[in-house]
Amino acid sequence: MSSLPIKIQTGSAIRSDAASPKQIRRIPTRPAPTSRMADEAFRYATLFCAASILVIVGLIFYELIERSQLSIGQFGWKFFSGTNWDPVSGDFGALPFIFGTLVSSAVALVIAVPLGIGVAVFVTEMCPKALRGILSFFTELLAAIPSVIYGLWAVFVLVPIMREHIQPFLAKYLPWTGLFTGPPYGIGMLTAGIVLAIMVVPSISSITREVMSAVPQHQREAVLALGATRWEMIRTGVLRNARTGIMGGIMLGLGRALGETMAVTMVIGNRPEIAKSLFAPGYTLASVIANEFSEATDDLYLSALIEIGLALFLLTVVVNAVARLLVWSTTRGVPARVHGQ
Amino acid sequence: MANSGRVSLRRNISNGVANFLCIAAVILVLAPLCAIFFYLIVKGAGSINLAFITHTPKPVGETGGGFGNAIVGSMYILGIASLIGVPLGVGAGIYLSEYGPGMFCNVIRFTADVLNGVPSIVVGIVAYSLIVLQQKHFSALAGGTALAIMMVPTITRATEEMLLLVPHSIREAALGLGIPQWRSTLSITLRTALPGVVTGLMLAFARVAGETAPLLFTAFGNQYWNFKMDQPTAALPLQIFVYAISPYEDWHKQAWAGALILILLIVVSVALVRYVTSRGVLRGNH
Repeated sequence: MSSLPIKIQTGSAIRSDAASPKQIRRIPTRPAPTSRMADEAFRYATLFCAASILVIVGLIFYELIERSQLSIGQFGWKFFSGTNWDPVSGDFGALPFIFGTLVSSAVALVIAVPLGIGVAVFVTEMCPKALRGILSFFTELLAAIPSVIYGLWAVFVLVPIMREHIQPFLAKYLPWTGLFTGPPYGIGMLTAGIVLAIMVVPSISSITREVMSAVPQHQREAVLALGATRWEMIRTGVLRNARTGIMGGIMLGLGRALGETMAVTMVIGNRPEIAKSLFAPGYTLASVIANEFSEATDDLYLSALIEIGLALFLLTVVVNAVARLLVWSTTRGVPARVHGQ
Repeated sequence: MANSGRVSLRRNISNGVANFLCIAAVILVLAPLCAIFFYLIVKGAGSINLAFITHTPKPVGETGGGFGNAIVGSMYILGIASLIGVPLGVGAGIYLSEYGPGMFCNVIRFTADVLNGVPSIVVGIVAYSLIVLQQKHFSALAGGTALAIMMVPTITRATEEMLLLVPHSIREAALGLGIPQWRSTLSITLRTALPGVVTGLMLAFARVAGETAPLLFTAFGNQYWNFKMDQPTAALPLQIFVYAISPYEDWHKQAWAGALILILLIVVSVALVRYVTSRGVLRGNH
């Protein structure tokens, strides 16, 4: 908007612009007072809508803090280092949930980052034009599948496969890592991580695609003209320039993985324990809220669950804020468009 | 010479390996997608019949029954969500595109993006404490509000983006004819960008249609028909969740059937969006 040479607005705005081009200023655009009032009213109505977004976020923050006061007062910082979660005796520590959330998200990222970047590289740089639209449609579709359907599929299809094939395979060939030991239940951290990976790939690949398209075409041509192969061109000419934005995409994926609820709840096993093996069942911040919130009978229990919500909120706000700043800095202030986010 | 030949071979190989890995990534990503649709159709299609769409659930032990109330309940909750979310989102989008740029608009944009990333379960908690705790019982209104909060940022950003695509000459022409600005924004700018804005609305709709977490303790679910704003209401994703984690074989089948209906609902709206956008209503700007 600022690039316009002449800014035409209603009468009042033009009068205040007294220093700008002469001809326009002389035109007596002075609408009837009622119309000017209508303009003002409309402006305030839309301003109200825009401000409501600020209000919503503020309200979320306020409500979470207000409703978790009881728990914050009772446990203080020990809430986040305690490992005991016992609603009966009223002792609440959130460490197993924090552990579960971080580990399942980490597993998801380890799997999803190479896949997401690979898909983005293929779609933007390698594949024939005809295939491009179809592929991006399919990745968009992956983002549109509801969490609960991922969960349903994981429970009845993925879990048996994990139990009978993948987990025994990992236990046999990679036991020295210490991550793949113990009985293969099928459910557990690893399965949750894999489901999360499938769910965050679209976020990562769509942002990566976007920041890669923001790399100017002559950059590619210049690297190719120096005799680089296509992969060298992608690596040095495109990926290196887009790396900040790609980091942003990864952070967005992380944000989604941290807050994902239903699918994880259905496959992670829902046991608040800290185990080294990825085969072991776990519990996440989001799934403990989903499972126990409507059963929380006494105030302290409810307050502890809301404090978990507060922790999750702050965690995802920080991750998302960093992600957006990274993406914005790459696409140079062009608003990022995220499908299915 | 020999030396340069060897380097070139190495570079060719790394190029080939990179190609291969990228194709492998695409296959690995598309495999679960195909598997999910395959199982949805194989396991779900058999259980869909008229009774499934029109009946309420039967108690445990009795066969039959359906998701009728859940399907209608979902529509009801989504209707409430749209009534709240669409005007707010579109209004905010208009503000950002027509009265920007500026520091305040950037703050709004940033907040909208952050709100987009807030986990749905947290939004559920807030709707619970704002509405359920005040009303003292679970309600369709609380569920609708939670979903509305999730719709607003998506709609805002899509509306803004689409309005910014409308050429300035059109706005200027409208103003030049002496039309007040609000009228020009609504009947000229918004009208021109309408297909794109509708696309954004559909995407937001598809996104929240499958949301389960924020409904768990707001709409809560219901075994019977309900059309009252202030009563617990069944919703399709909730019902799928409850049936999927139940120990009954018959319920699992119904969960698959419900999931198939839900995904059809979503895929149809996403495909519609693709169709509208690919016809290039705003092609002149690409």
